[in-house]
Amino acid sequence: MRQGGGAPLPDQAKALMQDLIKIKGVRHAYQTDSGPLPVLDGLELSVPEGGFVAVVGPSGCGKSTLTRLVAGLMKPDAGEVWLHGERVRGPRATVGMAFQNPVLLEWRSILKNVLLPLEIVPSKLSRKQAEERARFLLALVGLEGFEDKRPSELSGGMRQRASLCRALIHQPDVLILDEPFGALDAFTREDLWMTMHQVKEREPFTGVLITHDLRESIFLADQVVVLSGRPARTQYVLDVPKAGPRSLDDLYTPEAAERLNILRHQIQIAQGRAPAEGGAS
Amino acid sequence: MTARAAFNSVAVPLLALVVFLAFWEWLVWFKGWPTFKMAAPSDLPPAYSRHWDLFLTMGWQTLWRTVAGLLLAVVFGTLLGMIMGFSRIMRDALYPLLVGFNAIPKATVVPIVALIFVGQHDFNTVLLAFMISFFPIAVSVSIGLSTLEPEYRDILRALGASQATIFWKIALPKTLPEFFGALKVAATLAFIGTNLMEIVSPHGRGLGALFDSGRTNSDFPLMFAVLIALAFLGIVLYYIVVALEKIFAGWAERSPG
Repeated sequence: MRQGGGAPLPDQAKALMQDLIKIKGVRHAYQTDSGPLPVLDGLELSVPEGGFVAVVGPSGCGKSTLTRLVAGLMKPDAGEVWLHGERVRGPRATVGMAFQNPVLLEWRSILKNVLLPLEIVPSKLSRKQAEERARFLLALVGLEGFEDKRPSELSGGMRQRASLCRALIHQPDVLILDEPFGALDAFTREDLWMTMHQVKEREPFTGVLITHDLRESIFLADQVVVLSGRPARTQYVLDVPKAGPRSLDDLYTPEAAERLNILRHQIQIAQGRAPAEGGAS
Repeated sequence: MTARAAFNSVAVPLLALVVFLAFWEWLVWFKGWPTFKMAAPSDLPPAYSRHWDLFLTMGWQTLWRTVAGLLLAVVFGTLLGMIMGFSRIMRDALYPLLVGFNAIPKATVVPIVALIFVGQHDFNTVLLAFMISFFPIAVSVSIGLSTLEPEYRDILRALGASQATIFWKIALPKTLPEFFGALKVAATLAFIGTNLMEIVSPHGRGLGALFDSGRTNSDFPLMFAVLIALAFLGIVLYYIVVALEKIFAGWAERSPG
């Protein structure tokens, strides 16, 4: 399979093209005062174009490290990260990111915050078009009329919506969401889940969602990847078949309950609180 | 509401000033202090009118040298703060030195500086104003930069932005509130530096020299008048900094309530 350096074979390249994001055998350790701390060991992940994968796992298992690898913010010790059939070797403008902390710049209006990536990434849009797009995105997430407000004038949920617009403004191929709804209350979070579905309909993207919330993972993603405890490897993959537009009621069906049960069980295995049966797929 | 706020922002400090002067006048009268012990506010107008031209020229000398020292401190302090804010090693290396330097009483530096640069009175005074005021600026800038949350860097770094872009777009504006906080302290400190040089090593220039001549002539109202003039200059410079802060970092101010 892995043949060291060299250019990939044509068919191999083709296989990589189908998967917009491809992570193969990634290993990574942080250097700490008490020696290396391995966080990822044998991580496999692939996301097809237009797919939305949720990554769940015990706390501190290296989920955020995964996002930084995909974003090109750091290099793995071993293994490969591919985006669009290209090896990731550094940051690239085709990635949009949103974190648990919305990190809006307090000295800019909401509109100017959303426009920030276009000041870095070369864009075909004129100034006016860019502003129109920003207004369109803000309206899409329900922030119409808040364009000229300061971030501090918005609630936590609204700030997170603005942060989402900023991640999307430059039409990234890949959207990386690192627990974006983690700090919100339950009702706001559910509102934002619905918003995510609306956004995905109008602005299709390929996404990776890091989350602690199993309900969130099956509600938003079409595939849920369970990572094992540190050092993390891919422990279990659950497909969530798309069944038309999703509503919150979908979370209270027997199928949803069964999926949640499977995931909960897998998390317990990952935490070492339940014995692993052979052959987790 | 705004008219009332404007009234408050002018009238309240003025009223406080009047109350303070009245109390001072009363205290001197009540205690029966002679002027050589404590001058009263009513002694000040004659002192000003007698030496008005001296107050103008020497006040100007003190002011420009203080501002020059402060500007130097801003440039040097910001650069030093950037170096310490971005590099962990430089921070570890420079902090003890900086704290040690700041702990040295600047009055003891005056004779040394005056000896090294004999006769360069303007330069010496600017230098002392600079030496006493760059410390808070350097510390605040370095803390502002080193405590920048990594996510702030990441949102731009993930798009391939350079370190310089991240500094201009995020780190610098985010540090401005801390910077102006330090600048307010530095502005008043710079006056202390200027006057230390003018009083301890007088060359007949600046309000410090005027204070010194008041002392030699036992002109106590003049000494008090100089102190009040210095306080006035300090307040002016402080509010100039406040105005700049409103322009450049007004976003950091939250409306109360």
